[in-house]
Amino acid sequence: MSLNVKKSRYDLFWKSTYFVIIGVGILLLWYATKEVEYVWRWYRVPQYFIADVEVNVRAEIEGEVARIERSGETVRITVEGRSGEKETYPAPAGEVRVYEGDFIFPGDILAVYEETRPGILLQGLWLTLKVSFIAIAFGILIGLLGGLARVSRNPCLRWLSITYIEFIRGSPLLVQIYLWYFVFGTIINNLLAEMGFSPISSLWYGVASLAIFAGAYVAEIVRAGIQSIHRGQTEAARSLGMNYIQSMTHVILPQAMRRILPPLAGQFISLIKDSSLLGIIAIRELTKATREVVTTSLQPYELWFVCAVLYLILTFSLSMFVQYLERRTLI
Amino acid sequence: MIDVRNLSKTFLAPHEVRALHNINTSIEAAEVVVVIGPSGSGKSTFIRCLNHLETPDEGGHIYIDGKDVLDSKTDINKVRAEVGMVFQSFNLFPHKTVLENVALAQRVVRKRPKAQAREKAMALLNKVGIGDKASSYPDQLSGGQQQRVAIARALAMDPKVMLFDEPTSALDPEMIGEVLEAMKTLAKEGMTMVVVTHEMGFAREVADRVIFMDQGAIVEEGPPEHFFTTPDHERTKLFLSQIL
Repeated sequence: MSLNVKKSRYDLFWKSTYFVIIGVGILLLWYATKEVEYVWRWYRVPQYFIADVEVNVRAEIEGEVARIERSGETVRITVEGRSGEKETYPAPAGEVRVYEGDFIFPGDILAVYEETRPGILLQGLWLTLKVSFIAIAFGILIGLLGGLARVSRNPCLRWLSITYIEFIRGSPLLVQIYLWYFVFGTIINNLLAEMGFSPISSLWYGVASLAIFAGAYVAEIVRAGIQSIHRGQTEAARSLGMNYIQSMTHVILPQAMRRILPPLAGQFISLIKDSSLLGIIAIRELTKATREVVTTSLQPYELWFVCAVLYLILTFSLSMFVQYLERRTLI
Repeated sequence: MIDVRNLSKTFLAPHEVRALHNINTSIEAAEVVVVIGPSGSGKSTFIRCLNHLETPDEGGHIYIDGKDVLDSKTDINKVRAEVGMVFQSFNLFPHKTVLENVALAQRVVRKRPKAQAREKAMALLNKVGIGDKASSYPDQLSGGQQQRVAIARALAMDPKVMLFDEPTSALDPEMIGEVLEAMKTLAKEGMTMVVVTHEMGFAREVADRVIFMDQGAIVEEGPPEHFFTTPDHERTKLFLSQIL
């Protein structure tokens, strides 16, 4: 028997074993849930992605329905108040609940129609995406500056950077989120209120905590990337008369970037997952949205699996994107 | 062109080493000076001090074209733009093509327009005999070719002085010749050159003056004929007997 045939049989056997293990795992889980009498209702899940909502059109004044005009897809209901003021309520042609001449009070339902809206899970997914994206953008900026300060010869910059990195890496993200929301957030919003501005929403404190948390790790990654470039590169650039900034931007950073990319991807995948903590400061991202849906639907098994898979889709897409970037920067 | 006064250099880390001890010398325009000496004699430190890649001890002075390199008021980047340097390990920029390697500093430092920088880069690459490799990346080139690119890269700045820090020490023997040939051409054209090397043949043939260093000090300097045949110092005789 040739070595190749032996090898392909070996591969085939172990690959089959892999699929058997995965399949048995799923079956065991399914059987276990049957044993505890859980009823799987996957058909209930899609409504949390896209939902048809009933929208009520309500009157805002007291008066008489003066006119109901139908024109194609829309209907216009005009209400005339006692002192002759008129208000017109447009609505898509659905179920009109009033007739011309009816007397109505504020808050009465004039018409009802159905509208398709993104469900709570989709909203949560979008918020997670938005928060992560903004935090990644700021995280890169903070990390780049922090990393450059970390390798700077200026002791003030270097110590500031070390202090920042050690503080952030040495305390739990959960505590930092609380700090941002309950301490810094309260202070800032109180100061803003005293100056007559409106408060900043908790979303931005969440973004700040994530970005500053990720920034510390990015700074260390950037530092390692810069220091991994041979000293001769800096010397060659400087000996040609380039200043520090020129040699950084043209020679060191482009080379460091390639080595930085893989650990950076890992960091941002962590950030997407860490954004699930933001639920505790009332940001309805994917995890909090799932929790809310679970409490109303009582279908935790399906929904938590869906939640996990949605995170997997986000992180997997990001890692694919970074792999594409890596290939593109390949020399 | 270059005037070195009371130059000393002490390395503090990892432990204190006196690398250079009170060096005084001067190099004329169009002069080719070869610095030789045993390893650890401070010759590389000396040449690296000339464009301030190493910071010497307080009290010394290096004047290049009248400007004190070590004075904090001197714009060191302007000085370095006039002083080309070629390293033992080439130090080409691996993320840029050969042509971009030679054009980069022209554009960034000299602010030459792209077309002009590339044209000059191409001319210099042809001069050192590797015009056909212009669009290759450095790691596709042999050591000798890389070092010739490095020479072209330094020349692209139109330097007044060229420093060579053991330019052939990292090369396979069969590639040393092509690099030395490029350096000889340069010397014939009247370039001011300071060369740290172990190539005694090059020193004999091209040098106007040989400086022999040992233990951080200049032991002896003079024209090559005198230096290689009738050296004054015992230390020089011993060194020459070991290498020739």
